Amino acid sequence: MENDAPIRVEGLNHYFGQGEARKQALWDLNLTLQRGTLTILMGPSGSGKTTVLTLMGCLREVQEGKVSLLGHDLQGAGEAALVALRRRLGFIFQAHNLHESLTATQNVLMGLQVHGPGDAAKQRAAAHHMLGLLGLADRVDYLPANLSGGQKQRVAVARALVSNPEVIFADEPSAALDKASGRVVVEMLKALGQKRGVTTVMVTHDNRIMDLADRIITLEEGRVVSDTNPA
Amino acid sequence: MSRLLTFLFRRLPIGWLQLSHSKGRLFAAIAGVAFTNLLVFMQLGIMGALNNSTVAPYALIRGDIILSSQEGNTLTDSGNLARVFMFQALGVPGVVAATPLYIGNLPLTLEDGSSIALLSFGLDTAQPGFVADVIAPDMARLVIENTALLDRDTRGLPGDALARITTGQPFAFEASGGTLTAIGTMAVGGGFLADGMMITSDQTFLRFFKSRTSGAPDHILLRVAGGLSAERVVERLRAVLPPLIVKVQTMTGAAAADLAFMSTERPTGIIFGFGVFMGILVGLVIVYQVLSTDVADHLREYATFKAMGYDQPFFLGIIFEEALVLAVFGFVPGFIVSMGLYAGLVAVTGLPVVMTAPTAIMVFVGTLVACTLSGAIATRRLAAADPADLF
Repeated sequence: MENDAPIRVEGLNHYFGQGEARKQALWDLNLTLQRGTLTILMGPSGSGKTTVLTLMGCLREVQEGKVSLLGHDLQGAGEAALVALRRRLGFIFQAHNLHESLTATQNVLMGLQVHGPGDAAKQRAAAHHMLGLLGLADRVDYLPANLSGGQKQRVAVARALVSNPEVIFADEPSAALDKASGRVVVEMLKALGQKRGVTTVMVTHDNRIMDLADRIITLEEGRVVSDTNPA
Repeated sequence: MSRLLTFLFRRLPIGWLQLSHSKGRLFAAIAGVAFTNLLVFMQLGIMGALNNSTVAPYALIRGDIILSSQEGNTLTDSGNLARVFMFQALGVPGVVAATPLYIGNLPLTLEDGSSIALLSFGLDTAQPGFVADVIAPDMARLVIENTALLDRDTRGLPGDALARITTGQPFAFEASGGTLTAIGTMAVGGGFLADGMMITSDQTFLRFFKSRTSGAPDHILLRVAGGLSAERVVERLRAVLPPLIVKVQTMTGAAAADLAFMSTERPTGIIFGFGVFMGILVGLVIVYQVLSTDVADHLREYATFKAMGYDQPFFLGIIFEEALVLAVFGFVPGFIVSMGLYAGLVAVTGLPVVMTAPTAIMVFVGTLVACTLSGAIATRRLAAADPADLF
């Protein structure tokens, strides 16, 4: 089971700034996240949870320690290797970050076309299916400017999930959603873990969805202060 | 448009979608590129007219080799050459005929008191082989003193005068205190040097240019024996004639040298060349501004794409796609407006401002290159798109 873990963190330290202004954000972090689990990272602002998320998602350079993602050591990995790894991941951002000039369908298509041109009709059908699952079947040709905050967030979720990622990193995915919609999204992530073995790491403060987590890790000042399995 | 670009790039045309999403910015960018095209087309058009009018006189004369004074610069801006060199040249093997050519600018006074300047060519009427085929049959008529063939495209020439001449009625003008009678026409057109052109006999020419003498023509035209290379005879002539005094060139070589002189030595050529350079520079700056602003406005989206696994070639593709769109969409209106302005310039000035296919293609390719170059510079801003900042 340990060897199958898609994410392994060992002795991870991370710093921001230089010289006298240099500040340590993470202290000797050790984590192993199993395949198909939904892990929630909690902690007050500045506790280091977002830094952990970006380091695991190969969006930030590992300075000290080891981060292994899907069997690849991230420290010293080349740009091409990182790009190839990112294509196996799904990111859901708090601020949705949809492309303003692309429709909902086109935004979701971006999640598919990163793997190559493919069959346009099939890609379009897959995008529409994913948007339908998230209750946006009647909004597929809407530009983000014409969608509500919750609808935008659901398009961003569809974009992250449409390419069947092996690991999903989510930052407050339910923050812009009402209770029901937020739960639908997180239940979907949970189901993906159970059916397809997708691993999800989520930063959230939303107490309404804590019961869905397989594991809750709490950080304070760059250290793990609590690591529980609510289920 | 989206479907065409999707088919071309085999992906969503992000660049086009981004540009067309901000209609105002797209319109401003296209207007900027179109204006740049207009600037370049106008500079090239006027420079082309300068070049055309520089070599236009060569269409009037025939010959294989031309002897000129080393003091001269072009066919119409020449020094005088002693006619004795013509006799020397005739003694060189391969030279079978020679004639002196006199050139001067003659102001004509019209009936209404206005005046026009005519670039006048004086030639031996007994040697019609040294003028263009369409003029040669009329040379014999110029034996009559004080007669001339007049350029019917001359700027400022009254329509009724032209009508009279073309219907065979002679038309008299005042010039240099004498009366000159036009007995026929030819088509050359006005240029930067004069309003039009005129051919007379050498005798008539010398009568109206009193300070000139028959022994000092502007140029000497030579014809070489059939089948003989003009370049080879040029070498022989250079060996015989004093190189510090006489310039020996083939006719085509002289025309090319005139063009080079006007383009690189004369202020006008340099000014128009500089104008083209400035036009391109303005275009580069406009496209760079549009593209770099576009990159800056979409940094978060680009950072998101980076996080999703899109690589640098994808981002470069978007910028170059935008550059391509701006180049094509800017070129078309720039070209159309330039055509209209060319027509207006021709109507007003009579200058030979012509849009040629090579010029249009060159400007289009130049626009593509300039837009791509601007895009390449603008991509440097992409480095600022850090996906770690998204969280």
